[in-house]
Amino acid sequence: MSASTRTLVRPAVLKTRKGRLVYWSTLTAALLLFTVAFIVPLYWAATGAMKSPTELAQNPPTYIPQTWHPENYAKAWQEMDLARYFLNTVVLAGGAWLVQLAVQVPAAYALSKLRPRFGNVVLGLMLVTLMMPATALLVPVYLTVVDVPLFNRNLINSPSAVWLPAAANAFNIYILKNFFDQIPDELLDAAKMDGAGPVTTLWRVVLPPARPILAVVSILSVVTAWKDFLWPLLVLPDPAQQPLSVFLQRVAQDTPLNSLVAGLVMASLPLIALFLVFQRQIISGLAAGSLKG
Amino acid sequence: MAMTGIKTPPRHAAAPPKARTPRPRTTTRRRRNLREHLTAYGFLCAALVVFALFSWWPIVRNTLLGFQQVNFATGSTWVGLANFQKLLDDPLFLTAWKNTGLFTLYALVLGFAVPFLTAVLLNEFRHARAYFRILVYLPVMLPPVVVALMWKWFYDPGPGLFNEILRGLGLPTSNWLDSSATSLISLVIVSTWANMGTTTLIYLAALQTIPGELYEAAELDGAGLWQRLRHVTVPQTRFVLLVLLLLQIVATMQVFTEPYVMTGGGPEDSTVTVMFLVYRYAFVYNDFGTASALSLLLLLVLGVFSALYLRVTRAGKE
Repeated sequence: MSASTRTLVRPAVLKTRKGRLVYWSTLTAALLLFTVAFIVPLYWAATGAMKSPTELAQNPPTYIPQTWHPENYAKAWQEMDLARYFLNTVVLAGGAWLVQLAVQVPAAYALSKLRPRFGNVVLGLMLVTLMMPATALLVPVYLTVVDVPLFNRNLINSPSAVWLPAAANAFNIYILKNFFDQIPDELLDAAKMDGAGPVTTLWRVVLPPARPILAVVSILSVVTAWKDFLWPLLVLPDPAQQPLSVFLQRVAQDTPLNSLVAGLVMASLPLIALFLVFQRQIISGLAAGSLKG
Repeated sequence: MAMTGIKTPPRHAAAPPKARTPRPRTTTRRRRNLREHLTAYGFLCAALVVFALFSWWPIVRNTLLGFQQVNFATGSTWVGLANFQKLLDDPLFLTAWKNTGLFTLYALVLGFAVPFLTAVLLNEFRHARAYFRILVYLPVMLPPVVVALMWKWFYDPGPGLFNEILRGLGLPTSNWLDSSATSLISLVIVSTWANMGTTTLIYLAALQTIPGELYEAAELDGAGLWQRLRHVTVPQTRFVLLVLLLLQIVATMQVFTEPYVMTGGGPEDSTVTVMFLVYRYAFVYNDFGTASALSLLLLLVLGVFSALYLRVTRAGKE
């Protein structure tokens, strides 16, 4: 956005002395307010984890730790065996990501470029599921996972109980298909002339220009899987399999507060890092989501 | 006409016209044989299987389950409306709907007004724009359980952060989650803090599509700042406002994680929500039939809003 874009406030007003004064004081106030509202809670958690248990229980609390115990993080990591739960979370999120790409990319390609008979019916049936609130279908999906029809498998305590339902995501198929629709058919026809089969065409012609949208879909699926709580809570009752969210909630009552808070901070760090690196993709994915219609 | 607050994403405009040079197209059409359709379905089959198993069948099955008693050992039996009768006899049934309704209402007042006003304000700033965006969106990236557990600690009436801030400002302290009078609103505050980044950034994007000439024209008509906000900004973003309002209702009515992690439904059942009750029926009492009956009722209510959402987005496209 360039500074010349006209918005609610008159540009001429901003050039006057009074206008400038109001602008700068509002900006300063907003900076302070937003920093307090969004950074202070994170600061409070990050430093709280480094306080001693007695200092943490102190009322009124201290703003800056009297004694710093950065080793609390290492201690919490070891005592809570966080490495295992990080690994579980990575397996669940990474697997969900790979399964989603493997299912959704070919489906979007088929619907966009191969256009089989009844393709539009299939797409319509998929889009209808977007209207179905996911949480409200918890019970039937759970019962399906307990005894998968046709396959007669019980997926409880298997990571596929998280991976497979995640793949049934109509929104991702929809945005992928929309992107593939923009790739000219002439390119595909040319590839066909050169003797390329549909797999080669997908790999060589369709996917390279689709990299930005693949990034968006990938980030969305990893972040969603990392944040998920209720579903893994239900389908992974075995404590050894649980991701960080489920684990932290389970042990919250019986863990010393500073270790728990250290765990909470560490569980969030990967997503915060991901956000700082991929801001642009995440925010553009958001825009795509808001305009899905 | 008023519904054109937001521009259709360029992808539609940029998409090449479907009908190209007519002749080669018809020949390809004609030559398309069974094999090509089968190939296409080969690419689709994985998606068809996961949708059938984890989406389409559960949607159908939820309706059936509502009228059944589920028993893993002996198989399920049809029980007519017994599950619904059981729900009506449960004193928590009405409490859960009341709490969910109140939660949604508070969440709309806070979660709808705050992001909009924030976006209007941020749109005026010419400095620190990226910083504001990152700040507002940061909580969206935190796992909801982490947020809930952190805030539970902040809400602690003793050494908690919030009462300390209130004391610092010379305001009376609150019991937050520990009192049935403030527990629900405390949950709304957490969920607004955690989720407002998404809505704020969407509003911000919508505000940036408003043509500057409209403000200039309003000014020529003598419209002041407030009038420009009311007669230009709000109508121009009405479509996005309405869409997000409906999406937000559907999302907040399914609230579960916050009450589950932070209050366990208490104190005095003041935070028992519909989804919380569904969870309890299904996974505490193992009564999947009644749980399905309740989620069926929730689906019906949400269905109204989903249908409205569809109508609005359709109208917006025209």
